[in-house]
Amino acid sequence: MIRAEQVSVELGGRRVVDAVDLAVPAGELLALVGPNGAGKSTLLSVLAGERRPDAGSVLLDERPIERIEPLELARLRAVLTQDNAVSFPFRVAEVVEMGRSPWMRTAARELDDQAIEAALERADVEHLVDRRFTELSGGERARVSLARVLAQETSIVLLDEPTAALDLRHQEDVLRIARSLALEGRTVIVVLHDLSLAGAYADRIALLERGRLRALGAPVDVLTEELVSEVYGLEVEVLVRDGRPLVIPRRGGR
Amino acid sequence: MSATTASAGTHLARRRTIVGISLAVLLVAATLLSAVIGQFGVTAQEVVTSLLRHAWIPNPWFENPWPEIDPTADAALWVIRFPRIVMAMAVGAALAVAGAIMQAVFGNPLAEPGVVGVSSGAALGAAFAIVTGMLALGEWTIAVLAFAGGLGATLLVYGVSRANGRTEVVTLLLTGIAVNAFGGAGLAFLLFIGGDSSREQIVFWQLGSLSGSLWRESALVLGVAAVGTVIAILLGRRYDILSLGERNARHLGVNVERLRFWSILLVALLTGVGVAFVGIISFVGLVVPHLMRMILGPSHRALLTASAFGGALLLVLSDLLARTAVTGAELPIGLLTSLVGGPFFFVLLWRQRRASGGWA
Repeated sequence: MIRAEQVSVELGGRRVVDAVDLAVPAGELLALVGPNGAGKSTLLSVLAGERRPDAGSVLLDERPIERIEPLELARLRAVLTQDNAVSFPFRVAEVVEMGRSPWMRTAARELDDQAIEAALERADVEHLVDRRFTELSGGERARVSLARVLAQETSIVLLDEPTAALDLRHQEDVLRIARSLALEGRTVIVVLHDLSLAGAYADRIALLERGRLRALGAPVDVLTEELVSEVYGLEVEVLVRDGRPLVIPRRGGR
Repeated sequence: MSATTASAGTHLARRRTIVGISLAVLLVAATLLSAVIGQFGVTAQEVVTSLLRHAWIPNPWFENPWPEIDPTADAALWVIRFPRIVMAMAVGAALAVAGAIMQAVFGNPLAEPGVVGVSSGAALGAAFAIVTGMLALGEWTIAVLAFAGGLGATLLVYGVSRANGRTEVVTLLLTGIAVNAFGGAGLAFLLFIGGDSSREQIVFWQLGSLSGSLWRESALVLGVAAVGTVIAILLGRRYDILSLGERNARHLGVNVERLRFWSILLVALLTGVGVAFVGIISFVGLVVPHLMRMILGPSHRALLTASAFGGALLLVLSDLLARTAVTGAELPIGLLTSLVGGPFFFVLLWRQRRASGGWA
């Protein structure tokens, strides 16, 4: 369970995140969506505990996040950032193994091999283990980084645009993984740009607009034609298939 | 672990063993060679005999377990050559480890104390102590000021050249140029105002030389190099994680600020102590970790250990070359390492530029 209470962040005199209230229980997949500059990544970094909010607080299982030691925090939540570079030519196996580092000198160390194995398989990167990370394509790097995050085996998983570099199949794979993590009882928050993808997999969607939480609820309730058109400044059409919204921009007669 | 990873693991373990043994054998051979060759002829047998005797190990090759050798040869070894060899090893290890730490913290394989200006900062500190005749901190004043100068330069470069937790090559090198230019100007100014004797001493600092190393100096440098290397190896796992970038390292529970603080202190200490006694010797911290990384991979614990021994080996051999290449004269060792390191650096830079498609 992760909860943000009246969280605000100011950057250069501008309110990038403005009084956001958000509670995500265990077992839920929440998608964080909104136009560029709406404050999605900033909010995620506050939830991750790496950025102190200027006002408000973040609670992990009712504990203020800033009171949790870095190492303990690393055993509670994992973060996939958009920065997937590795400075030196480490092998994929080594990179994924680094995801286990918070569990060094704990009983969970026994589970290392198992966790790494499972993470490699889940992220579909088993065939890359002996390759050097620096030689991989953008999509492969993204999936290896995801495997590293999975190997961390935390109850809270935060993913910042995990599908950005991925092809259609792997985009679906990543969201399927995110959903299965939620089904295992973990808390999963994903920043996404693709609204249809968010609509298809998320339990709830949080729509941000200029730092404010504009709407929060089930996909069909948040991704409505009126709301999306207004927030994104673009006329869209929403089709509902099997109870899930599909968002399509109106491109005029052609 | 899957079968493929396990086989890669044993393969790497075997490689580490081979590198470890080769480095040890080469280091012993280089030490012997360095002890034998010189103005005063000493045989390898005499070297071993003298070593065993001084180490209180009974000599198995003689009937008398404590055979003596020619006292002049003995003195040449123990007063001149051995302290110098120990100094070469210690400085080589210190510089190579400092280079590897710096590369880990900057997340960039081109970071090196000499290139980036830490050595000039340390030399400036040392020269300041010489010219002003400052002895406030006793006979180690020069060493302390060298450390302070190195620390100042490291902090400056670190503060200026990083953006978003990483360092771009261009920014790093430009900062290095600026710091080196300032250090050079400072040294020139001190040369200008200094007397003849301090001038000579400063020139020695700029070129680097191991001649005239004393036991207590060698012992100090060796102690610092050993302690510094052990601390760096203990931090090795964290350096590995740091190569994921600062944010990711933080998310994995690494206290990046603390790691950075200790690392900068270590770099300044290792570089400063070397510079204080032997002057500026560039590129050791670049060449050695790079070669070791090529052979052993980037994992820092093995890399730092191998770099320490590799650096020691490189400087023992360079010093041997420096004092024997020209008969009757001694080449400055810093000149030799730069002669090799300069082109090496250029090739590295060129390759990195090609790999990243630009000067980023």
